[in-house]
Amino acid sequence: MAGISLRKLRKTFGTLTVVHDIDLEIADKEFIILVGPSGCGKSTTLRMIAGLEDISSGDLVIGDTIVNDVPPKNRDIAMVFQNYALYPHMTVYKNMAFGLELRHSPREIIDKKVNEAAEILDIAHLLNRRPKALSGGQRQRVALGRAMVRSPAVFLLDEPLSNLDAKLRTAMRAEITKLHRKLDATFIYVTHDQVEAMTMADRIVVMKDGHIHQVDTPQALYDRPVNMFVAGFIGAPQMNFFPVAVARGGTSVRFGDRELPLPARLSEALPPGSADRACMLGLRPEHFHERLPVDVDPAMTAEMDMEVELAEPMGAELHLNGVLGGETVIARVSPRCQARAGDRITLIADLSSAHLFDKKTEAAFGN
Amino acid sequence: MSTEVVTSTLPADRSALRGYLAQLSWGKVAAHLALLALVVLWTFPTAGLLISSLRDKDQLTTSGWWTALVSTETNELARLGTAADQIEENGTWHIRGKLFEADSGRSVVAFGTSFETVAGTLPGQPVEMRDGGEINVAADGSYDWVSPTPFEVTRGPRLFYVVSIPPEFTLDNYIEVLNAEGIGRSFINSFTVTIPATVIPILIAAFAAYALAWMTFPFRTVLVAAVVGLIVVPLQMSLIPLLRLYNDIAGITGGSSKTYLGIWLAHTGFGLPLAIYLLRNYMAGLPRELMESARIDGASHFKIFTTMVLPLSFPALASFAIFQFLWVWNDLLVATVFLGNTESTLVLTGRLRELLGSRGDNWEILTSGAFISIIVPLIVFFSLQRYFVRGLLAGSVKGG
Repeated sequence: MAGISLRKLRKTFGTLTVVHDIDLEIADKEFIILVGPSGCGKSTTLRMIAGLEDISSGDLVIGDTIVNDVPPKNRDIAMVFQNYALYPHMTVYKNMAFGLELRHSPREIIDKKVNEAAEILDIAHLLNRRPKALSGGQRQRVALGRAMVRSPAVFLLDEPLSNLDAKLRTAMRAEITKLHRKLDATFIYVTHDQVEAMTMADRIVVMKDGHIHQVDTPQALYDRPVNMFVAGFIGAPQMNFFPVAVARGGTSVRFGDRELPLPARLSEALPPGSADRACMLGLRPEHFHERLPVDVDPAMTAEMDMEVELAEPMGAELHLNGVLGGETVIARVSPRCQARAGDRITLIADLSSAHLFDKKTEAAFGN
Repeated sequence: MSTEVVTSTLPADRSALRGYLAQLSWGKVAAHLALLALVVLWTFPTAGLLISSLRDKDQLTTSGWWTALVSTETNELARLGTAADQIEENGTWHIRGKLFEADSGRSVVAFGTSFETVAGTLPGQPVEMRDGGEINVAADGSYDWVSPTPFEVTRGPRLFYVVSIPPEFTLDNYIEVLNAEGIGRSFINSFTVTIPATVIPILIAAFAAYALAWMTFPFRTVLVAAVVGLIVVPLQMSLIPLLRLYNDIAGITGGSSKTYLGIWLAHTGFGLPLAIYLLRNYMAGLPRELMESARIDGASHFKIFTTMVLPLSFPALASFAIFQFLWVWNDLLVATVFLGNTESTLVLTGRLRELLGSRGDNWEILTSGAFISIIVPLIVFFSLQRYFVRGLLAGSVKGG
């Protein structure tokens, strides 16, 4: 009903193209998150969907109508801004009722909807206050409430949590997820925080430099990144990369003077004639172990020495920052590990979970 | 117990004082001195004007306003009574009378029989008269001229005296200028000019400023640049062309070229560039998300203007309103050119200029007239000054 299609959507400012002909199908009632570093075009894409930016070329389809030239108010959307954009001279009630009043809704309906939304968001006691008298979290709720009262088919959220402190952000994350389930509407959410993306989204769209790199569910993105950018962007601490060369007909790679085994799914994915091909081997921090885990094939591991430069205890785990074979790496190990800064320890790398990328194209093999 | 308290608080006081002194820097002291100097510079003449305007007109001509609270002394003369007024009492002859009304609060400081000896004798001491006998003058102005022989004077001799006049404040000056001198009529004329000449440019400029700040259309930046350029055009340059245009229009319509409508439009034109510039800058500083949010909520440009931009721009509107009001109120040039000098159109500034010519010596009229003309700007400024300050700072402090 309110599925959204982006068809070769492009945005240019003068000679600068910030969104390059992106295609994206968003299903009705889906929670989709656009994620990427600053300047990747994710906010511009959202603003094009909202109708706040003109579309330079391509089509934007909501439901089954092309809405390129439909003004924002007729697109059946609501938007929550990063800095909330509450109307400072109106009370919370007025802020929430403004959109309905412009649509000449009857007074009782406005009253009912505002009170309902306030009840859901737990801001009923704030209705007579001005935004100035609210905390950041409360303002955020009011902004959400203002979007809710119009019952739009699509919610657009532009980094709505980035102005909140860490604790509140975690709480609001859960609330927005619940809200999505309750409201039964399409959510399009923009963030640069991959944790938000991983925890909330049905599907994540990873963008960079105006291109979509990968669209998939959070777990699939994590397990099967299509290129080095996605692999590095999703997951914290981020994936470690090692420059390697393909050896032994693809069954192993050379890393410095060592040889590391390659799992079958990677060796099979290597195209013929890949001998000595320069690649990047990707290993996530949790694929380093102090001792061999029971469920890992010992043939698919390699012992590697690491000089620890910094040990960050996180409570449930320990992050070791250091140098391994000349490369800076982060390993995530059990908090029982006694290694501290300056130590030299031997870690077991689990290569069965490794990723392999072409060094030139940065594209992944074996996905 | 109490001594304990004293000894324990003393060092605290000292350290507080030391801390206060340490915070004093020369820059701060200089800033405060400069502020004090400015306050004195402004307050002193204004207070002088106010006090002068409230003083009795005779006192005003003889002494400065700073003496207003103490008695002033002036020389006066009075004619004494004649032989016809004499009465016989115990074998002596008396002429009694008063130099001035006793209840006026005046008192005689000294007196004499000639201009040269005016300060020669203190009240209570007798002085010999040339016409015979001697005279006693009391401080309250009553005199007793005594002679052992009957008086034969037919023309009362003159008595010179120094009189001390107590301070006297009166609203008579105001009543006079408001009624007799036409200041009251001009006051109303000034309002008739000023209020529309303030409201009209604000109305136009607010719309223009919104469009220049938030609507996209071709040549927008060129328009803004043109507006900025127009700010520096001196209005003297356009007086004659504008007046000729008015005369041409008056010639066609058969009306007068010097009307209130004409001066409203003239002031509007002269004020608009600055108004648009100030308001545009302020409105452009409003958060973009606010407008976008309102657009998504379904507001048209007009709705955004009336429900978002106008209320949020109030400080800028108020600050320009003060600018324009003061400028129009104090204007003489434009009023002289576009309104003329008839009784029904002469504004306050024009009236004051006329009074300077015709009643240049009557300070009581000039001071009270001048004070009437500054009272309105004072009220406007003090009632709106917080917006004035905020409006001037507009954009410099984020979220201010």
